[in-house]
Amino acid sequence: MTQPSPTSSHPRKRFDWTLACLLGAVLVLACSCSAVGWNWDTPMSTVIPKSDFGKMTHEIFMLISWWTLGIFIAVEATLVYVCWRFRDRAGAAIPKQVHGHTALEVGWTIAFAVILLVFAIPTIRVIFKTQEAPAATALRVEVVGKQWWWEFRYPQFKITTANELHLPVGQTATFLLNAPDVIHSFWMPQLGGKRDVVPHRVNHLTLTPDTPGDYPGQCAEYCGMSHANMRFRVIVHPPAEFEKWVKTQQAPPVESADALAQQGKTIFTQSACVGCHTITGISAGHIGPDLTHFASRRRFAGSLMESTPDNLVKWIENPEHMKPGALMPNLGMTGEQSKALGAYLLSLK
Amino acid sequence: MATQAAFMPGSKVETGTFWGTVWSWLTTVDHKRIGILYGTSAFIFFLVGGIEALIMRLQLARPDSTLVGPERFNELFTMHGTTMIFLAVMPLSAAFFNYMIPLMIGARDVAFPRLNALSYWIFLSGALFLNSSWLFGLAPDGGWFGYANLTSSQFSPRHTIDFWMLGLQILGISSMLAGFNFLVTIINMRAPGMTLMRMPVFIWMSFVTQFLLVLAFPAITVALILLMFDRFFGTLFYAPAAGGDPLLWQHLFWIFGHPEVYILILPAMGIVSEVLPTFSRKPLFGAPVVIYSGIMIGFFGFGVWSHHMFSVGMGPVADAAFSISTMLIAVPTGVKILNWIGTLWGGTIRFRTPLYFSLGFIAMFTMGGLSGVMHASPPVDLQQTDTYFVVAHFHYVLFGGSIFGLFSGIYYWWPKITGKLLDERLGLWHFWTMMLGFNMTFFPQHYLGLVGMPRRIYTYAPDLGWNFWNLISTIGAFLIAVSLLFFIANVIKTRRSGAVAGNDPWDARTLEWAIPSPPPVYNFARLPQVQDRDDFWLQKYGDGHGGAPRPKGGPVTAAEIAAIHMPPTSYWPLLLAIALAVMVSGLMISMVQVAIGGVLTLVLMYKFAMELHRPPGGHGH
Amino acid sequence: MADHAAAHAVHDPNIGNTGLDNRKVGMWAFLGSDCMFFGSLIGTYLAYKGKSISGPLPREVFDIPLTSYSAALLLASSLTMVLALAALQQNRVKTAARWLFVTAMLGLHFVLNQVYEFTTFVLHHGLTLSTSLFGSTFFVLTGFHGAHVTGGVIWLLLLVTLAMRGKLDARDYTKVEIAGLYWHFVDIVWIAIFTVIYLIP
Repeated sequence: MTQPSPTSSHPRKRFDWTLACLLGAVLVLACSCSAVGWNWDTPMSTVIPKSDFGKMTHEIFMLISWWTLGIFIAVEATLVYVCWRFRDRAGAAIPKQVHGHTALEVGWTIAFAVILLVFAIPTIRVIFKTQEAPAATALRVEVVGKQWWWEFRYPQFKITTANELHLPVGQTATFLLNAPDVIHSFWMPQLGGKRDVVPHRVNHLTLTPDTPGDYPGQCAEYCGMSHANMRFRVIVHPPAEFEKWVKTQQAPPVESADALAQQGKTIFTQSACVGCHTITGISAGHIGPDLTHFASRRRFAGSLMESTPDNLVKWIENPEHMKPGALMPNLGMTGEQSKALGAYLLSLK
Repeated sequence: MATQAAFMPGSKVETGTFWGTVWSWLTTVDHKRIGILYGTSAFIFFLVGGIEALIMRLQLARPDSTLVGPERFNELFTMHGTTMIFLAVMPLSAAFFNYMIPLMIGARDVAFPRLNALSYWIFLSGALFLNSSWLFGLAPDGGWFGYANLTSSQFSPRHTIDFWMLGLQILGISSMLAGFNFLVTIINMRAPGMTLMRMPVFIWMSFVTQFLLVLAFPAITVALILLMFDRFFGTLFYAPAAGGDPLLWQHLFWIFGHPEVYILILPAMGIVSEVLPTFSRKPLFGAPVVIYSGIMIGFFGFGVWSHHMFSVGMGPVADAAFSISTMLIAVPTGVKILNWIGTLWGGTIRFRTPLYFSLGFIAMFTMGGLSGVMHASPPVDLQQTDTYFVVAHFHYVLFGGSIFGLFSGIYYWWPKITGKLLDERLGLWHFWTMMLGFNMTFFPQHYLGLVGMPRRIYTYAPDLGWNFWNLISTIGAFLIAVSLLFFIANVIKTRRSGAVAGNDPWDARTLEWAIPSPPPVYNFARLPQVQDRDDFWLQKYGDGHGGAPRPKGGPVTAAEIAAIHMPPTSYWPLLLAIALAVMVSGLMISMVQVAIGGVLTLVLMYKFAMELHRPPGGHGH
Repeated sequence: MADHAAAHAVHDPNIGNTGLDNRKVGMWAFLGSDCMFFGSLIGTYLAYKGKSISGPLPREVFDIPLTSYSAALLLASSLTMVLALAALQQNRVKTAARWLFVTAMLGLHFVLNQVYEFTTFVLHHGLTLSTSLFGSTFFVLTGFHGAHVTGGVIWLLLLVTLAMRGKLDARDYTKVEIAGLYWHFVDIVWIAIFTVIYLIP
């Protein structure tokens, strides 16, 4: 039989070493530059866990990672080696028509299955451990995900707050998750895996944070227009500080002496604001966030913006502009009104 | 071509005019032409999906970017996913099913040629319907997997979801009809002597894929019907307020969705299983095992769907069960890689563009498979699902896997389809640029996911450490675009000046290489008698164990060719597809249109069915 | 006889190398697919069984005698379908046409019963698609089945018309056989639906 016709006017090409080496060099260079860029200690990192849940998960992740890295190196190296060793040389005969090797195939199938067993055992253990019913002494937090912000309720302390979740270090916290509208997902990457927040059911997540700190969280299930803006903060306190925070939240709203703030309070009580927001003793709306201690929180609007006078004014005057799709209506507040309202809100420490 | 007219009794003779040619393509029932139609359309939609991706990557290149707002971005990721899966990868696979299955099993066409044409026209009408939404400013924005109850009329009041929902229904019909057709073709139209185990591995993978198509699509059909009834007729299937469970959607969707990913990868695996033996000049290592793993993947693929739902709170027992089943299915998927390497081992490897893409497939699919193994562990997955880590995973298997495999097939079978060889140099530029660009785009996304970047966000804050690698990822995406320019240039260049391919430019192993390039309309002048899996190779070289090459039959006679009857062209498939689109789109417009479209559909179904019932000329079917 | 069949098979483009008819294999593939379709709908019904928060209860609205009668109609129609095919095989076209007509009428009777049932539910019990989960799942599941029966009735009547015009005979056995397969499938699905919806408490 004749040899195959040339693919072009070029002579039959051998494996192009120059090209391969060039590209290999580029890749290696890229990777080594990137070693600089692989900073793992970032605010939403999942690989430096700060809770028991996170650590259990991380252990399995590292186990699987090392094995898969090994398999990756073995397979890719074999591939490259095979391509080099068995490349076509001029005048090479038709190779031996090997159809298979049963023992080898059985062997590597079993080997692969065994490796997976190594992953499966700690996996099953951790699944059950992390979904155990929490102890009675656990701190209960009700998490309500709404388009596009988070409400946190502490039934044991009768506190309702928004966008900032405060937890005591070393104490188990159990979250009861629900959503009145669409599916969201509650995720604090540094503290552990996510759990969806689903209408029509209450999901559970239990963990014990072990390091004080300030950890960002974010909704992780596409939930509409401003899904990207549905963020929150988790602040893990030493126990004494947590107690202090609880007391502050339980206290009635601060009565500010500031004239502008007082003006704002008047506007608040006379506007549609009271229909959606709660300020203890003043209004009882449940559609928007509880504002009783608004100024104790550093950010607002789904933890999107810093609570500065400027941001507040912009938000009050045109919520949709600051946060696309925002469900807070534009109440047509003028400059003076919104400044006063902003001052009032910032007085509610 | 004059010769074609002789084999199409009852059809108009091609006049050679422009409109005559157009009409011949609109009414073709020839599987080869239908394959070309699928392939061309798929490639165009691949570019559309690619542009959607580039715009997204431009937006994400910098934090707090205002290039594209959330409304547009949400439409872009929805359409990118839907387009790439349903309008690019699936029809590209369909192009190969159409063109190559009859050739590789030694048949003259598929079992139901007109139904085949119908599948294509329904596909095209669905694709155009879906993309027409852009023109109305109503592009779907619920994500490609459209989770309830975000997709309810309450939370998605505009027609965006309707375009998606109805478009997918139309596309589903196309896929299922094609599935029935190829199932029957593979079961019933193999050449004499071609037992199931003598079928090429590409045919086996395609065979399993057809089973998956016809058994998985009904689940999404039902999911979409329930959504349609909720949105149009006020039912309560996904209404939490009435006791409905949004998770019902997820279960139904993923019962379809998981087999769907095997639908997306198995054909590419089949292609690679043909390319590697050809360019190593030895058979696929452990072909029966590769076939059995394909069957197992197809079967067990129906038992792993909830691994897409590890974060919804199904409870530890369900989590554990699906984790185990997912790890189990990794075994047949993984060992295939070793079989492919075993094929190269001991071979005489000739490096041509098709082989490069198959090698790229092995390398990239390995990576995607390994990140998949991580996802199989629920605790680990809870940190990875809905982040850029899983985005990286599925792009490694769908792009690094399916797309690379499909390009391998394109370069491999291009000479058979067109009679011309593609340019090797441009092919290599395409491959290497795409490899570099692809890895640059998606490898950093593993990191981004591990440092907490969720998916489907139109922007992100600048102080989270995500800025640099998002930028690199964007640059990589543009490199992918550049690589495609090499491919397009190659196609244009070789249309005129490409080298003639001849029957068997690669010295290959399967039946399609025994006939001219491009094949005559009847494929085989004399249907082959098959005695082995790599029958054509054995005809050329003998069995490799000292046996002499098989004696060939005598030359084909003119009488034999004259006795071949090929099915005539038909315009009913085109008309029926249009009627169906009119009916389905009417659900968004008015019930009058639904009624008219419905009646038209029924009438055309009747005409379609009756076309070959007692035709004149006595060739009763 | 075998030789004649074999010779015919060689000529008949519908018969493959397995000896099976393409159209029969195609119909079996379609029925397998339709199994998954109804399976998903039945699964949905079962998932939501007993979960309605308002509206009439199943036992308050069901007319079991009527629906049992309807089930019997379908079962009988499967028998008449078999008789039609038997007649056609012997080229007794008029007989076959009559049995096909009876089958279609039994099917039509089934559908009309269902229309009556739906109307009663809506008008007398206030149960509609949007009343409750029961309303949604009941009407969609049984409605799609009824649509399948309707499609079958139209198909059968078409075959009857062809037969009456002399355009159907023993040569078309396979075409009528696949209609029969479809019809039996629709009957079997009804047995499953009837059991799940009406019989299981």
